[in-house]
Parts: sequence; C-alpha cells; structure tokens
Amino acid sequence: MLTCKEVSALVSQSLDRRLSWRERLGVRLHLFICDACTRFKWQMEFLRRATQRFARGRIEEVSLQLSDKARDRILRALKQD
Amino acid sequence: MDRTPPGDKLSTPDGWLEQHGDVLYRYAYLRLRNREAAEDAVQDTLLAALRGRQQFSGASAERTWLIGILKHKVSDYWRRAGRETPLDTDAEEQENLLDLLFDTTGHWRTAPSPWNDPDAALEQSQFWHVLSDCLAGLPPAHARAFSLCEIDGLEGSDACKVLDVAPTNLWVMLHRARLRLRQCLENRWFQRQPTNDA
Repeated sequence: MLTCKEVSALVSQSLDRRLSWRERLGVRLHLFICDACTRFKWQMEFLRRATQRFARGRIEEVSLQLSDKARDRILRALKQD
Repeated sequence: MDRTPPGDKLSTPDGWLEQHGDVLYRYAYLRLRNREAAEDAVQDTLLAALRGRQQFSGASAERTWLIGILKHKVSDYWRRAGRETPLDTDAEEQENLLDLLFDTTGHWRTAPSPWNDPDAALEQSQFWHVLSDCLAGLPPAHARAFSLCEIDGLEGSDACKVLDVAPTNLWVMLHRARLRLRQCLENRWFQRQPTNDA
C-alpha cells in the first residue's frame, strides 16, 4: 500500500505526466480509503483551475499598469535606438 | 536608424507602448512577479521589435507579434536567473518541507482540511491577491518551475530545457511548489472563510 507521502507525489505528477496503470491503481486504492488524500487531490485540481484562471488575466482586477516613470524610460530607450 | 513612417499594418513604437504597453507589462509581471524585471522585459521587447520590424509579416496581429517577442524575453530572464541561483540551493529545505508535512511512516501530520466551496473563491478579487502572495512566497527554484509550467503554459519538456533539469527533478519541484501553495491557500484563505453552518 502506498503511503500518503507517496500518493501526494503521484497525485501531483498526474497533472504533469500520464501515470502508469500500476501507479494509477495504487493511487486509486489509496484514495478509496483515505479522505485526507482525496481532499488533497481535489485541492490540487482546484489549484490548477485557479492558476489557469490567474494566468488568463482575471488579475486585471488588480489593475497592473506600467508606471509613468517606466513608460518615460522605455520611450527614451526607443528614441535612442 | 530608419525613421520612415510605418506602413498601415504597423503603428509606431510610441504607439506600441501606448496601445500594448500595459498588456505586455501585465503579461511579463504575471510571469516574473517582479516589477523591475517586468519593465525591463517590456523595454527589451519593444527595442527588439523596433530592430526587427521588417520581419513583422502583418499576418499576425501586432499585439500577438509583440507578445511572441516578450515570451522569449521572459525565457531569457529565467535562463539568466537559473544561472545566478543554482537549482539545488533549496534542496535541503525541500527535505524539511516533507518532514514537516508527513511523519516517518508517510502519513500526513496534519491532514488537508476540507475547503468550503473553493470555486466561489475564484469570484472574489481578494482571493487573487492571496494566491499572488502565496506564489511570491515560494522558494525561487520552485516558483520558477511552477510559473513556467502552470502560468506560462510551457510543455514539461520545454520547461526542463529552460531550467536545465531532468523531468523527474521538475516533477519533484512542482510537487513541492503545490504542497506549499496548498498550505498557503489553506492558512491564508480557506481557514478564514465562514463555514456553512446554516
């Protein structure tokens, strides 16, 4: 039987590569009896959803803008080139 | 430098900054999480665009073209940063993380707690600040790996090239980054949310 430590690594890797059938079976058997790791798996899937949304620029709400100072500096650099 | 007015497909460099500056900056900032580095990346991108504007085919939109250049600048940054901080600097600390989370028999010391309606968090702007802070709190090597794969959307094999590590190392780094982010979100967001006790 895999330990929670091993399962957490495999659950993470399942987001990065295709697990072997042996690994998948091991994870599935463990998750069947382990609530903690089942929650961990859901949370990893949530983390991916959140990060993808973050990446897509939902962050626009945070209003990231080039400062006027940076803008001036870049304009000067462009003029000099 | 050739100052001939641009063709109708391409606006002036000043116009690039005006029209696309904030978008480019945001793109760079989200990946580099460092204001100065992001500003530099925007500047380098526009300079490269200015020098290479003959190569702009007009087939892709101007912004897409500029973002294409910016992607390379972001990769360059990570490559340089990779040389500056060897990846194994936090190897020792990584072991501590696992010892902190799991006991000697491999069980969770503290099991992940249930998160109440996590997807509702995605609708709250404050959540994104917390996620952003949690990302910024990762050890540099993990932050870099996580950012390349999950935010920049690089394929694993490309991320391995940029980071100069084997796939197994990359998976280890991503695992540690996720463990840490999970813990951070739990502490800083989910444990502070009111529960649904009717």
